[in-house]
Amino acid sequence: MQNQYKLLKFNLNGKDVTTMIDVRESLTDLLRNDFRLTSVKKGCEVGECGACNVLINGEAFNSCIYLAAWVEGKSVRTLESLMGPNGELSDIQQAFIDEAAIQCGFCTPGFIMSAVEILESNKLYTDAELRKLLSGHLCRCTGYENIIRAVKKTMYKRQGKEYVEE
Amino acid sequence: MYDMKEYYESQSVEDAIRLRLEHPQAHIIAGGSDVLVQMREGKRAGVELISIYMLDELRGVSIDEEENIRIGSLTSFSHITKDPIIQKYINVLGEAVDQVGGPQIRNIGTIGGNTCNGVTSADSASTLFAWEAIVELTGPNGKRRVPIRDFYLKAKQVDIREGEIQTAILIPKESYDRTYGYYIKYAMRNALDIATNGCSVNVRLSPDKKTFERVRIAYGVAGPIPMRAPKAEASINGQPVTAEVAETFARTVLQDINPRDSWRASKAFRQHIAVESARRCLAESVRLSGGEL
Amino acid sequence: MSNVGKGVARVDAFDKATGRTKYTDDLCDKNALIIRVVRSTIAHGYVKSVDTSEAEKVPGVVKIFTCFDVPDIKFPTAGHPWSVEAAHQDVADRRLLNRHVRYYGDDVAAVVAEDEVAAAQAARKIKVEYEELPFVLDQMEAMKEGAPVLHKDYPDNILKHTSFRNGNYAEAIKEPGLICVDKWYDTSTVQHCHIENFICFAKEEDGKIVITSSTQIPHIVRRTVGQALGMPWGKIRVIKPYIGGGFGDKQDTLYEPLCAWVCTQLGGRLVKLDIPREDTFVSCRVRHSIRFHMISWLRPDGTFVARKVEMFSNQGAYASHGHSIAAKGLGSFPQMYPCPNFDGDAYTIFTNISTAGAMRGYGMPQATWAGECHIEDICKELGMDSLEFRRKHIMPVGYKDGFSKNENYYDSFNQCFDKAVAYMDYNRKHAEYAKQTGPIRKGIGIAPFWYNTAVWPISLEHSSCRMVLNQDGSIQVQVGETEIGQGADTAYAQMAADVIGIKDYRDVHVISCQDTDVTPFGLGAYASRQTYVVGFSITQTGTILKQKILDYAKELTRCPISNMDIIDSNIVRTTDGRILLSLQELATEAFYSLSHSEHITAESTYQIKNNAYSFGCCCAEVTVDIPMCRVTVDKIINVHDCGKLINPKLAEAQVHGGISMGIGYGLSEKLMFDPKTGKPLNNNLLDYKLSTMMDHPHLEAEFVQNPEPTNPFGTKALGEPPTCPVAPAIRNAILNATGVAIDNAPARPEELFKRFTEEGLIHDPWTQEGK
Repeated sequence: MQNQYKLLKFNLNGKDVTTMIDVRESLTDLLRNDFRLTSVKKGCEVGECGACNVLINGEAFNSCIYLAAWVEGKSVRTLESLMGPNGELSDIQQAFIDEAAIQCGFCTPGFIMSAVEILESNKLYTDAELRKLLSGHLCRCTGYENIIRAVKKTMYKRQGKEYVEE
Repeated sequence: MYDMKEYYESQSVEDAIRLRLEHPQAHIIAGGSDVLVQMREGKRAGVELISIYMLDELRGVSIDEEENIRIGSLTSFSHITKDPIIQKYINVLGEAVDQVGGPQIRNIGTIGGNTCNGVTSADSASTLFAWEAIVELTGPNGKRRVPIRDFYLKAKQVDIREGEIQTAILIPKESYDRTYGYYIKYAMRNALDIATNGCSVNVRLSPDKKTFERVRIAYGVAGPIPMRAPKAEASINGQPVTAEVAETFARTVLQDINPRDSWRASKAFRQHIAVESARRCLAESVRLSGGEL
Repeated sequence: MSNVGKGVARVDAFDKATGRTKYTDDLCDKNALIIRVVRSTIAHGYVKSVDTSEAEKVPGVVKIFTCFDVPDIKFPTAGHPWSVEAAHQDVADRRLLNRHVRYYGDDVAAVVAEDEVAAAQAARKIKVEYEELPFVLDQMEAMKEGAPVLHKDYPDNILKHTSFRNGNYAEAIKEPGLICVDKWYDTSTVQHCHIENFICFAKEEDGKIVITSSTQIPHIVRRTVGQALGMPWGKIRVIKPYIGGGFGDKQDTLYEPLCAWVCTQLGGRLVKLDIPREDTFVSCRVRHSIRFHMISWLRPDGTFVARKVEMFSNQGAYASHGHSIAAKGLGSFPQMYPCPNFDGDAYTIFTNISTAGAMRGYGMPQATWAGECHIEDICKELGMDSLEFRRKHIMPVGYKDGFSKNENYYDSFNQCFDKAVAYMDYNRKHAEYAKQTGPIRKGIGIAPFWYNTAVWPISLEHSSCRMVLNQDGSIQVQVGETEIGQGADTAYAQMAADVIGIKDYRDVHVISCQDTDVTPFGLGAYASRQTYVVGFSITQTGTILKQKILDYAKELTRCPISNMDIIDSNIVRTTDGRILLSLQELATEAFYSLSHSEHITAESTYQIKNNAYSFGCCCAEVTVDIPMCRVTVDKIINVHDCGKLINPKLAEAQVHGGISMGIGYGLSEKLMFDPKTGKPLNNNLLDYKLSTMMDHPHLEAEFVQNPEPTNPFGTKALGEPPTCPVAPAIRNAILNATGVAIDNAPARPEELFKRFTEEGLIHDPWTQEGK
């Protein structure tokens, strides 16, 4: 195929954008290359590791196996969107820092975006449910321990409840 | 960047049918979690794609005028699991597709894609077989309905004809009425895995809960395509709800299934797991039906 | 000390939590040419010809290099310090591309194209004609007479064989009444699975080749690239940004030489080599699969009389770190349970599978597996409590190793056992669980380990440090020891702050990125060495810097140096505690003084001639579903004595990761190769079963903090140790639950099915009938 382009309009991190894409692009390609949103990481490119996870209309997707053309008319959020207007960290980012849930940091953006979807559902999940909801991400550094703790603590805080250890 | 030759975006079901007729060699892409992976691997590199992903009309679960549960083919696994109709009438399907991959895969993966792949390990397929689902295809001559067991022709090949796309999966009332089921996905880890064996059982007990009125069982990865276990079913239907009957049922599945030896698991191991899964799925289905073993 | 010992936040956490941290690929210009390696589709043979004609027609292809184009230079890849003595240098057996291919996936050609699609299309169109040779995948088969030979310099395929002898084994076993336990244990080939694949890019600049690489060892890569290309080492500049994990895989020179060479062939244009996940599994490095034969002779009271250990380590196709792994494992046995008569032999053997290199634990996860399975089996045989046996026979307090000079100063093993036992309620459970019947049972198991810190006296150990005072009284710190996710930079900041007297570790700016043109020479992340060795260089350099600061303070205050100190970023008169001036005031004065302007800096190298034992144990509780052949870890703890903790929170996190890797090693991870073709079968993250969040229970980490006397901060190894004891603890828990010994790790369902069937826990009459 030679140069099949498409004009794409979507909302990216709260802002309406219009851009010309090569229809062969994955959403990872689009976000990393065209918008330089490099929090979107490539770990496997086949939807197995979760490092490229972003939210599309509020749901988590591995952007590596999502065609860029499909975000037409949709709303896409990456980790770069979480910081407040005055540079303040979101509670979940702060929790990842406080709980030492970050090591090499390569899986972190994907994990945090799944956490955002979980937290925005405004439900109080059990540990088993949380583990399942976060199970689409592989991490080799942390054993997931502090990651689940960071998400859980933030979930309890948002619900105004006291945190209980697993 | 994917190595595709041409890309066509369907604007409607009619448009998809037109594109299918115009480009018969093109591959259909729904959620893409298999198509794109195979394209990257080289297996489907350089092919033309017809995308149906943007067709929201194919999303959602409803009860139609014939009282069938109607699942639009592009309904994602996560939406099936969360759907109140599914939860009320065929919870096991929601539970089964809730074991596909991880959350992100369940958001992109569609029930239509899962069945059109024709692979035996699809987590939805054994339950759809066990509940005698009907596949609805829409083509240039209108709609066509095929029982799911006829839809699967052989490994990786399903009965989609020229110009057609799959538009819905239907579960007839006769199938889901007073029926409770359970699915066991046997895999090597608890998430992000494909089934070594998938076993789905459903049970309709007599009103007094003493007799197996109807038991259906289907497997994934017990043969080249998903399959029912008719001899096992024959051994139990109409029989009293007893441990002996259940044990005979579980062991009889070996007369029906034909798992293969591969590097993923040996035939003997798969057989062993198939029997144990049948045992446990039946017990759980009986419990869900209000019976006692 | 106000910073060390506190669980402060990582210095890089903010950037990582906001996505602004740049990794290798994030730094590469979009216009880079893409290199794709064409890999052999046979396990062993010679490339007869490579037909690139169809591939060259693909639009966007720039150039194709084959194994016939590369210079005939052999080079080593192991991330070891170089040795000036030829006998101690690593084996140089790699070429940029290979005519003699030795494993399925070996490097045959490299396509350079304008984009990845063109590169992939071209790679598929390259036709390679081979002369196939017989291949061998199993190390025992490879040692047999007549086995296919991989390297002509090693006609028996044995890369190296070393022996260790103590006393007289043959004589000792003649003692009447001895009980002999003779068993084999096996471990699988596993892979590191850092989430960032290996990636590097190269361009020429200022007459040099500049390589940016996801590596643990930038200074070593500079040397090996120089060796591989036959170029002066000063012409090579290696930049190491943040990396997405390494675990030893990136303690090797991987594809930097090929990338650099291709760059030189294209006039120094920017080229990027991004290794896909599938190739990372197969064509980077793996952990050595080691098979053990262990024989123990004991008196009925449990005293060891004689022991014999044979190790057979599967090296795969190329030497890489080679025999160092097996040698390290072998050395552990006589120290762990001292025995007067010990016979040990370790063999490292070439085979036609992926090359094994360094991986977290470096031979010790394997050795601990075999050693601690064996202790459990001995105790079963003797009818003894295995924990009591360990307490009685394990390396005693005061034990000193003749070679490393390491000393067991404290009763660390028992202290670690005590904590684990208390947390798990081990004694009660271990006794109760052994009595169970029924299909679903619980079990509990324990395994200790020891580990060395750093590589002295086997290799050079040193650390170089540069410190620069800023106008505001903060300092910059540079070392060659790399941050790879473990939290090293944060530990450096905490240590440097305390050495100098800076109040807040955040006023110590550790320059994370190593650039071999700028960063002091250092060897990199391996051997759980960095906090230990940098502790010395930071102490020495910080002391120099502090002396210079106080010298300057003397000029400003007329107070003698002996009466001054730097406390909480102030110059303090020690006689009365008065703050004379702040470090910031001093620094600003020193920068801009018209009478005496000086940029206060310090730089020094400290050569370490010490090593230190690090200790610990794992205790695991499992549920075994016998009919389903499944093991679930319900509860698990690692207890470590790694000396004083620099940062307890990061130390804990380090232990979690190690436990997780250990759970995978014990239960699920195994890289498999097709016996018929040598082709890797599960080289992707779906089919290779590394644990997900749903495969873990809560992971507990506890510590015993006996200060290590040799180190200025009392600290020692923690990076690798957590991985070592986990798999045998789980295995011993399965044994406790079922009475069945799983001797081939991992305890995958299929292995459990086999063993449970053999031991009569599973009877499948129907499958027997079918046979």
